[in-house]
Amino acid sequence: MALLEVENLQTHFRTPDGVNRAVDGVSFEVAAGETLAIVGESGCGKSVTAMSILRLIPEPPGKIAGAIRFQGKDLLTLSEPEMRDIRGNEISMIFQEPMTSLNPVLNVGRQIGETLRLHQGLSAKDAEAKAVEMLTLVGIPEPGRRVREYPHQLSGGMRQRVMIAIALACNPKLLIADEPTTALDVTIQAQILELMRDLKHRVGAAIVLITHDLGVVAEVAERVVVMYAGKKVEEAPVGQLFRTPRHPYTQGLLGSMPKLGSSLTGTETRLAEIPGLVPSLKQKIPGCVFASRCSHATDLCVKVAPALELKAPGHIAACHYATKEGAIAA
Amino acid sequence: MSTSAAFSSAVMPRDVAAAAPMGDVLPPVTPRRGFIGFVRRNPTIAIGGGLLLLMLLIAVFAPLLWTVDPTALAPARRTREPSAQYWFGSDMLGRDVYSRVLYGARVSLLVGFSVAFCASVVGLAIGMISGYVRWADSIIMRIMDGMMSIPPILLAIALMALTRGSVQNVILAITVAEIPRVSRLVRGVVLSLREQPYVDAAVAAGTRTPRIILRHILPNTLAPITVQATYICAAAMITEAILSFIGAGTPPIIPSWGNIMAEGRALWQVKPYIVFFPAVFLSITVLAVNLLGDGLRDALDPRMAKRL
Amino acid sequence: MSKLLDVTDLKKHFPIRGGFFGGVTGQVYAVDGVSFHIDKGETLSLVGESGCGKSTVGKAILRLFGITDGQVVLDGQRIDDMSAGTLRPVRRRMQVVFQDPFTSLNPRMRVKDILAEPIRNFGLAKNSADLDEKVAKLMDTVRLPRDAVGRWPHEFSGGQRQRIGIARALAAEPDLIICDEAVSALDVSVKAQIVNLLQDLQAELGLALLFISHDLAIVEHMTHRVAVMYLGKIVEVAPKRSLFAAPKHPYTEALLSAVPVPMPGAARQRVILRGDVPSPINPPKGCRFHTRCPYAFDRCRVEEPLLRAIPTALEAGHTAACHLHDRPEAENPLAIAKGQALLAV
Repeated sequence: MALLEVENLQTHFRTPDGVNRAVDGVSFEVAAGETLAIVGESGCGKSVTAMSILRLIPEPPGKIAGAIRFQGKDLLTLSEPEMRDIRGNEISMIFQEPMTSLNPVLNVGRQIGETLRLHQGLSAKDAEAKAVEMLTLVGIPEPGRRVREYPHQLSGGMRQRVMIAIALACNPKLLIADEPTTALDVTIQAQILELMRDLKHRVGAAIVLITHDLGVVAEVAERVVVMYAGKKVEEAPVGQLFRTPRHPYTQGLLGSMPKLGSSLTGTETRLAEIPGLVPSLKQKIPGCVFASRCSHATDLCVKVAPALELKAPGHIAACHYATKEGAIAA
Repeated sequence: MSTSAAFSSAVMPRDVAAAAPMGDVLPPVTPRRGFIGFVRRNPTIAIGGGLLLLMLLIAVFAPLLWTVDPTALAPARRTREPSAQYWFGSDMLGRDVYSRVLYGARVSLLVGFSVAFCASVVGLAIGMISGYVRWADSIIMRIMDGMMSIPPILLAIALMALTRGSVQNVILAITVAEIPRVSRLVRGVVLSLREQPYVDAAVAAGTRTPRIILRHILPNTLAPITVQATYICAAAMITEAILSFIGAGTPPIIPSWGNIMAEGRALWQVKPYIVFFPAVFLSITVLAVNLLGDGLRDALDPRMAKRL
Repeated sequence: MSKLLDVTDLKKHFPIRGGFFGGVTGQVYAVDGVSFHIDKGETLSLVGESGCGKSTVGKAILRLFGITDGQVVLDGQRIDDMSAGTLRPVRRRMQVVFQDPFTSLNPRMRVKDILAEPIRNFGLAKNSADLDEKVAKLMDTVRLPRDAVGRWPHEFSGGQRQRIGIARALAAEPDLIICDEAVSALDVSVKAQIVNLLQDLQAELGLALLFISHDLAIVEHMTHRVAVMYLGKIVEVAPKRSLFAAPKHPYTEALLSAVPVPMPGAARQRVILRGDVPSPINPPKGCRFHTRCPYAFDRCRVEEPLLRAIPTALEAGHTAACHLHDRPEAENPLAIAKGQALLAV
């Protein structure tokens, strides 16, 4: 049994202009200790998926359907107090903006200790000792002094480390990281990615990484889910996805990224564009969600939504025309 | 990335794997246009605006709404309970409270709208200068700070003490008391608008300062000003009622909700309806204006994420 | 080629006001002595992390505020000390495209008014029919439908708004466009569209670009030369290939190795910097990078290195500000070309 099984997740929102199908039938699994990346552009539903797992979607106007089984237990059937026991304890989350997700009036030690006292019933003294230990773990220098500081006294990278310390304080089995390095500078991002890789070995928590950055995916993920317009369009082990992408959208994304080092290899080419715009999620799309922008699309694609099919071992894609075997000429 | 080798789009695949159709988890919402669509999108504006419109109609058409002369005395029929003849009863001079309350709406709305308009216009001008002219800013803002340190109601009372009671003077006094708040708001908005990239782009495109103020700054201050104006309107109506209640506002000869309540004050324990009806009308009107303001704020605020 | 823009020792310090009387209590040394030039039709990229002063350089050149010290020369004409009146016609030659497509267009102006404003300001249209024709042509240039000119900015997507921003910059018929993180806020697929558009326009119109960005992959794709900024100073300037193949400043080296590349399992040489960028209010003495530099030695802590030509560089015109290059080659980790190992190509 996988640690987390998301089955046919649908998260819809009621708006005055119609129902927004932000996530519409997404399924995936996360094994214990594994790092799964969910990648896609803004509005593809990746963040809503993450929020849905922790049931952080306000209902109404939202509505979550499907099944989210964590260690075999369907989170969607739990009561709110039961859910609170899971959040921050067995499943915890890191957000993009470390400044706004930390409480500005509590010192760092209190914020790390809070979850420990709440979920593990530690005394104030033990909680602070553990907080210092956590700060050491995430590589903050002088943890004994930093534990008494407030968020505004820390730099952006330092705050993200504190967020990670809070998230890991209760030894969660699953960590959901929503764009954890997007707000950071590239040298600080490198530090945090290094930390995440390092902690994975030491802590052993499974990670669901939500990001738009394919570079970050390549650096830390083991498996990748590609989302587009509320649907999963492709899923594959990370190496396979980058080597032989099967879905035209994934191919388009990779082709539209300039390759670092292209001036050295002399492979500077014009960037591939994906024409057009993401379709509105307020209209039902009968066929393939990518058909309107896909250069391979036919009548079939417009009329019939493709099923997710196994195209190679461990590699599934939702495309009528993606061949099942044989590598794609890059 | 060349991908043509991967696709056999010329031939239909023999086994088409269609995805299982997805049901909807929420009942369908039909987007509506026109009036119903507007009400559904902005229920607060609709309710607030509706109530305010109703009050406005009452004020304008008071003579047609089965009223009598609100100043007509009838000493013989003093302090009657509400009845078929006196819908809201009669006061200690035998005047019809229903007629007085309906005519009183005229004063309240006139004061509210006039103050909101005048304070916004003057505040906009002062705030613009303050936000754009650096040396003037510190002087103007210190004066405004000084004025703001006096509660608006006290400032209005003090100003009324210098002059005789009339509706114009009430409007003037409350306007003066409200100007500092608008100026501060406009100054803040102007200062943040000046930092907007489109203003920088306009400067780089050789646009002269007067035109930048007129085309780039001013139109973008109107939304927050409109919202603020509704709150000022509500505050002005309450201030007017207070001024009249303590006898420093609208002269007693003109019925206003504050006046009616002031006159009914002595009889509050035996004849509560004299105070009750004008109080209810005042509350409903103030509520309506505030609802309208909240609705406008949400509708005009770009931060309100309407994307979900 | 001739120099279009020449910036010499540009400084911009922002006073910090505080205390009861609002006096000046300190300075933010946002840009602290920056020199570079851009040739006609050339793209120079200014890269660095947030707070390094790269955007301030762009705004200072555009004269969106006065500068503290230094000299900005546009096509032989000194512009940093010009009066507002004499500057106005010069402004036509330098335009700007900003990062955020949602705040860079006035929400209360229609597209045609946004595009007509620079044309009117600089008197570039003979009459109103000519103005309309020019606006329509601008829409063609940025690949937007002509009939969209009557619409409001909020009716467009982020990528389309960025195209309008580019059209506004082109409306003045400039020689230089400063792109301040112009593609950073866009989604990957839209980013490619805008990058391609900018490259096409440069080829068509012979524009020079000052491309301010933190995204090294885009920079490598777009640029002719690169200037790397750190804490208000330029630490390295080089032709693109020379910089990416053989960086000569430790900061550039770290930047290159820090960019995540979409190649899972690539064997890369990594240089992970310790700590954070120091505050520009109180920059470190000596070399500003010494607090994070993996190779720093005693001299770096006391003596500030100057930008000078590096003999071991791959191509001519490669300058860097680092004391390592005074050491014997055996003791200089940057003497060899490390680009391939850093980028795993």
